[in-house]
Formats: sequence, C-alpha cells, structure tokens
Amino acid sequence: MILQRLFPHPFLTLILWGIWLLLNNTISPGHIVLGAVLAILIPWLTSSYWPEKISIRHPWMLLLYVLRVLYEILVANAVVAKLILGPQKNLKPGFLHYELKLTSSVGIGLLANTISLTPGTVSCDLSKDRRYLLIHALHIDDVEAIKADIHRKFEKPLLEIFVTC
Amino acid sequence: MLEWVLAILILIGAFFTLVGSIGLYKLSDFYMRLHGPTKASTLGVGAILIASAIHFSFKTDGVSLHEILVTLFLFITAPVSAHLMAKAAIHIKVKQVERTRQLEK
Repeated sequence: MILQRLFPHPFLTLILWGIWLLLNNTISPGHIVLGAVLAILIPWLTSSYWPEKISIRHPWMLLLYVLRVLYEILVANAVVAKLILGPQKNLKPGFLHYELKLTSSVGIGLLANTISLTPGTVSCDLSKDRRYLLIHALHIDDVEAIKADIHRKFEKPLLEIFVTC
Repeated sequence: MLEWVLAILILIGAFFTLVGSIGLYKLSDFYMRLHGPTKASTLGVGAILIASAIHFSFKTDGVSLHEILVTLFLFITAPVSAHLMAKAAIHIKVKQVERTRQLEK
C-alpha cells in the first residue's frame, strides 16, 4: 500500500530516471541519486493527471512494436515521397473515421501518434465518446485497406500490450 | 568505410527532408501540407541523427546517446503538434481542396 502511494506509476518512474541519466550523459552516483529523487517526486506530484493506471503486460512487445513502427516509417516514407514528387492531380485526399477497439487512453494516444508518424496519414480528432479517430489521408485508394492496415499493423499489437483498466 | 556509411545516411536524411519541404510547397491545402513536416521529421531527421550518433560514438570516447533523446522528444512532439493543428483547422473550418472526400463511418 505504501509502495503504491510512493510509486503511483512505477513505469513512469523508470522512464524518467532513464531520461535524466541520458540527458546528463553520465552514470555518476550523484546523478543516479538526483535522478531517482526526481523520478519519484514527479510522478507523485502529477499523479492526479494520470487517473488511469498504466499497466503494460508485455514490455518486450512494446520494444517489438517500436521496431515495427520504425520499419513502417521507412516503407511509408518511400511511398509518400513518390506521391509528393508525382503529379498532384492524381492525389485523392480524404478524411476517414477509424473505429477504435482500444480503450485505454495511453493506448489511444500511442496509436494516434503512430498514425501521425507514419507518413500518409495524420490523426486529426478523437470523437467525444472515444470510439472514432478522425484521420486525414494524403491519398486514399481503398478505405477499407487503410483501416485494415492500421488495425493489423498497429492496433492489434497495442491491444495486446495495454490491458484495459 | 565508416565515412561512406555516414555520407549515405546524411544524404538519405537530406533527401527526405527536401521531399518534406517540397511537399510543404507543392501540396494544395492545409491538411495535405501537414503531411510534409511530419514526414521530414521522421525519416529525414532520423537518418541524420543516426549518422550523428555513429560519428560521435567513434570519434570521441564513450557512446553518444543524446541523439536517442532528440529522436524520442521529436517523435513525441511532432505528431502531437500536427494533431493539434489539424484539430484547430477543422474547428475553424479551414478550406479543403474540393476533391477531398468525407468518408462516413
């Protein structure tokens, strides 16, 4: 119980600690202690902004997901470079609604970020009931294919990583 | 050998940053132009940062890890700002190209 009060979000604490050490680019004892103090204090002070508990079921799957996103960025960049350099008249931009199966807010946030990072799509808005994500796509040939792609490549792994609470 | 790898990485980065800028200039409406910078900041800057990390890790003692942080912060802030701009644009009804399709749910 006390442990939970001290570390409302152990995962955040770890990340903050890591970032602090990276920022200073050292692992001297002084910075390890200072970083730890900050990493414990900040999540504790901001815990009221994180009502949902972040729980990650498979941390190694998150790493796999990051690698997969990096690969997708590579592929999608080549595709979009071709679109931009090609004639503009052939582009068919449009807005599409993507039905979310994710419910955890961290998961939705990560998915929206990923969609914006992979070129060709930018997430624009989340509906009030948090069921639809409005996405602007640079070029739409087949809407269902885009949705299926997003689901297969990004949402499914995220669904497995983030447990709903 | 190492210099070749670095040169190629920097060229790739420069190319995609250029494509992003061309997109910013060439595309027809606000929403489409938004795709330019989000792209330039992923692969373009990514490749340049990898080159920088490799260069400084070999040139100086110890590994250079600052680039990881730059990438991390960029990957967090770029999509969020794009999202906010798009949301604001929708809210004030920024003009779209006529052929933009509105696909229903």
